[in-house]
Amino acid sequence: MSNRLEVRNVSKRFSRMSGVVERGAELMGLKAPNPVVRALDDVSLTVAEGEVVGIVGESGCGKSTLGRVVAGLLQASEGSVLFRGKQLDEMPGKSADEARLKVQMIFQDPSSSLNPRQRVREIIGAAPLHHGMTTARELDDYVSQQMQRSGLDPSMAGRFPHQFSGGQRQRIGIARALAVQPDMLICDESVAALDVSIQAQILNLFLDLREQLDLTYLFISHDLSVVEHISDRVMVMYLGRVVEEAAVGELFSHPNHPYTRALLQERPSLDPVQRRFSAIEGEIASPLSPPSGCHFHPRCPMAMERCRVERSELRLIGPGHKSACHLND
Amino acid sequence: MLEINGLKTEVVTEQGNVTLIDDINLNLAAGEVMGLVGESGSGKSVTGLSIMGLLDKPVQVTGGQILFKGRDLRKLSQKELRSIRGNRIAMIFQDPMSTLNPVLRIDTQMMEAVRTHESVSKQAAWERARDALGMVGIPSPEERLSAYPHQFSGGMRQRVAIAIALLMSPDLIIADEPTTALDVTIQAQILSIVQKLAREKGMALIWVTHDLSVVAGLAEKLSVMYAGRIVEQGSTADLLRRPLHPYTNGLIASLPAHNERGSRLKQISGTTPSVANMPKGCAFRPRCSSATEICFDPPALEAVEGRLLRCFHPVMEGAPS
Amino acid sequence: MQTVMNSTKFRAGLQFIRQFSRSPLAVLGLVLITLIVLMAVFAPYLSPQNPYDLMQLDIMDGRMAPGTGSSAGFTFLFGSDDQGRDMLSAILYGLRISLIVGLGSAALAFIIGTAFGLTAAYVGGRVENAMMRLVDLQLSFPTILAALLILALLGKSIGNVVFAIVLVEWATYARTARGAALTELRREYVEAARSLRLPHRNILFRQLLPNCLSPLVVLLTMQVARAITLEATLSFLGLGVPVTEPSLGLLISSGYEFMLSGTYWIALFPGIALLVTIFAINLVGDRLRQLLDPKAARR
Repeated sequence: MSNRLEVRNVSKRFSRMSGVVERGAELMGLKAPNPVVRALDDVSLTVAEGEVVGIVGESGCGKSTLGRVVAGLLQASEGSVLFRGKQLDEMPGKSADEARLKVQMIFQDPSSSLNPRQRVREIIGAAPLHHGMTTARELDDYVSQQMQRSGLDPSMAGRFPHQFSGGQRQRIGIARALAVQPDMLICDESVAALDVSIQAQILNLFLDLREQLDLTYLFISHDLSVVEHISDRVMVMYLGRVVEEAAVGELFSHPNHPYTRALLQERPSLDPVQRRFSAIEGEIASPLSPPSGCHFHPRCPMAMERCRVERSELRLIGPGHKSACHLND
Repeated sequence: MLEINGLKTEVVTEQGNVTLIDDINLNLAAGEVMGLVGESGSGKSVTGLSIMGLLDKPVQVTGGQILFKGRDLRKLSQKELRSIRGNRIAMIFQDPMSTLNPVLRIDTQMMEAVRTHESVSKQAAWERARDALGMVGIPSPEERLSAYPHQFSGGMRQRVAIAIALLMSPDLIIADEPTTALDVTIQAQILSIVQKLAREKGMALIWVTHDLSVVAGLAEKLSVMYAGRIVEQGSTADLLRRPLHPYTNGLIASLPAHNERGSRLKQISGTTPSVANMPKGCAFRPRCSSATEICFDPPALEAVEGRLLRCFHPVMEGAPS
Repeated sequence: MQTVMNSTKFRAGLQFIRQFSRSPLAVLGLVLITLIVLMAVFAPYLSPQNPYDLMQLDIMDGRMAPGTGSSAGFTFLFGSDDQGRDMLSAILYGLRISLIVGLGSAALAFIIGTAFGLTAAYVGGRVENAMMRLVDLQLSFPTILAALLILALLGKSIGNVVFAIVLVEWATYARTARGAALTELRREYVEAARSLRLPHRNILFRQLLPNCLSPLVVLLTMQVARAITLEATLSFLGLGVPVTEPSLGLLISSGYEFMLSGTYWIALFPGIALLVTIFAINLVGDRLRQLLDPKAARR
């Protein structure tokens, strides 16, 4: 079985481009070069056909950057992205474009992900029309189909995004993505901005669509409960690196990495027992200057001298279970 | 400490009034923590702002009483209100920068806050500021006092905002989604600090949030709001174990943690109504599976099984685990 | 369905008009602009005389004070110039030239500058840097000096004046358009469009442009007033429109030499016309900025 998606040793660095004057100042040693953020640091990932892989982490962990690299919105600084075993940058331009079209993204903020000046008909219909998936004559029917499938009333195709509620707007975003007939969706915090009762509706829609259309998902979220519910496999990230990866049941019942354990422990739950919040110490370091060695060591209750100096590599600790912690040696 | 009866807040316009919240009743003793839970548009934030008297023009409190230590805040003059606000009642917002002035140093802001309400020496005010920062767990408070807000991370800024709220050791703190924008581990840190302080100092706390699970371990009492009204109110343990209102029940049942992994979630269908377009009778009726004819009349908030409930058809069985 | 849709758009329009008209000064400005434009359009019917037709001029009517009767039978409401030309007629015809130059050059500069700024923001990187340095260069050049140089090289004509003004004004639009586009580019709908592989043309003109329009429209109104002033200045300095098609600026210029000899009206009335026009446009522009520019404080 080939993998739907393979990400091989991808790194992504960001730095602000220096202007002419700045560059001169840097050359003369008057100014330090612009700082480099390592948003992704040697990240690998495989997603099988039809699988749902969840990516969890806090802000600055690189999960959104990873999603955008996979969606082709950002270029990886190093490493490669393969769709069905084929490297995209080695494909001829046209088929790379087609392959990219098969991967669509569902965004976090339903109000900023829809163009406020366009009617729903145009938001959903522009891309399939451009790519020849429908004709101008059949466009209205085509858009209606997409809207229906996402749980929207097709008679509202002539409205503007601001006339819809948050949940409906997210459905428009989903209909827009589905309109170009993708087989993989990248959901970047797609339910985070929604009310609790609406969250369940949208999650159910994702589940239904998976069944109807055999979709593969990369599901990015900071919310452990949501990821646990929808994913087959989960990857935990911290400051640009993968710290743990396992099948969902395994990860939630036998978390290995201290960071994963901390996350699970801090997860808010509905347990009404007055509990003591035993907070994990310290702050998430800035991705501009991540700690040496294992990025998590300053906050880790079990940190040793080795964690300070030596990077912990991700390695297999059980069937399908990988973790990056020196304690496993 | 705080007793609110029949509070009503409306947008007052020439074309007529639009009700934002109505018939809000709350009771809070010293040292008690109450979670005020609702989705966007439920009126939970408006309730907090109404108590603080921080509403902006077309929005006004138009009915009810807000008794704080026996005095009705609505009857006080602007001057008396100002001396209570920030002094005896403090507020923490979702965005700490709405409390902090970006161009002033933390010590300037905190000392000013102390000296508006109390005539103390600069030295005493500075010491009070330092102690407050220490209380919220900011390391080396002496040095951090001379920093500017932008030099703090999001979580630290929220701690500073909490420290400012704590400066005058208020009797009541109203916190409006203060951890929503923060990461899970940082949220846990803030919750732990607030929980500790409320216990130690005997402060009453109203924690406004959309997330039941945040207040589940924090608050003793819960008020669930829907469409501008309280629909269910009682002890946290009772409410979460056996929600009686179909809305509370639906909310809890829809959480992924209460559903089998990978299965369809039990969802509440439909969307929250907008204030301009309220359904007749019970506002939850169009989304409720047990609604009947009688629900076209507005239900009243009544005592049922040791709690307050606004429903004709309480959920009797099948409560989530 | 269609009617429901139209009605919401209609209502939004109504709402905007209501907000706009909350400022009586802005309404005054709008009324004045309408009157001025109408007067310019219907100048041939309103003016007692065709000021360009030398056959209708009588040198004996030269430098008549306001209110005096002409030999042709009508009254010189605003007086006459040294050629015996009725000032009212000259102003109405001059207004036409001024408005054509002002609107034409502002519109052209708007189109060129906006396309330039949007493209720069969208392309990004070194190309954007180079494009924006060009804009900086343009903006750092003294406007009038640049325009004077261009006209000195090309010679006088309405077309050349428009060209000169466009050349010195496009950069302002480019900078505003780039700024607005940079904000919009960060919004997720642009990422969505990219991920849907929509063509660049679509992203630039269907996604970005409509969302960047508000600050540009405000700038456009302000720049119309600026272009009219610039044209008047150039004409006053003798490098603007040719004498055969006098604009308001040229009228003021030709009246200037008689100013001290007591024949004040030749310069004064065109001056007032220019002032009122600029003032009215600025009133409307200010109000538009209040309503459309998110950075301006909301009342």
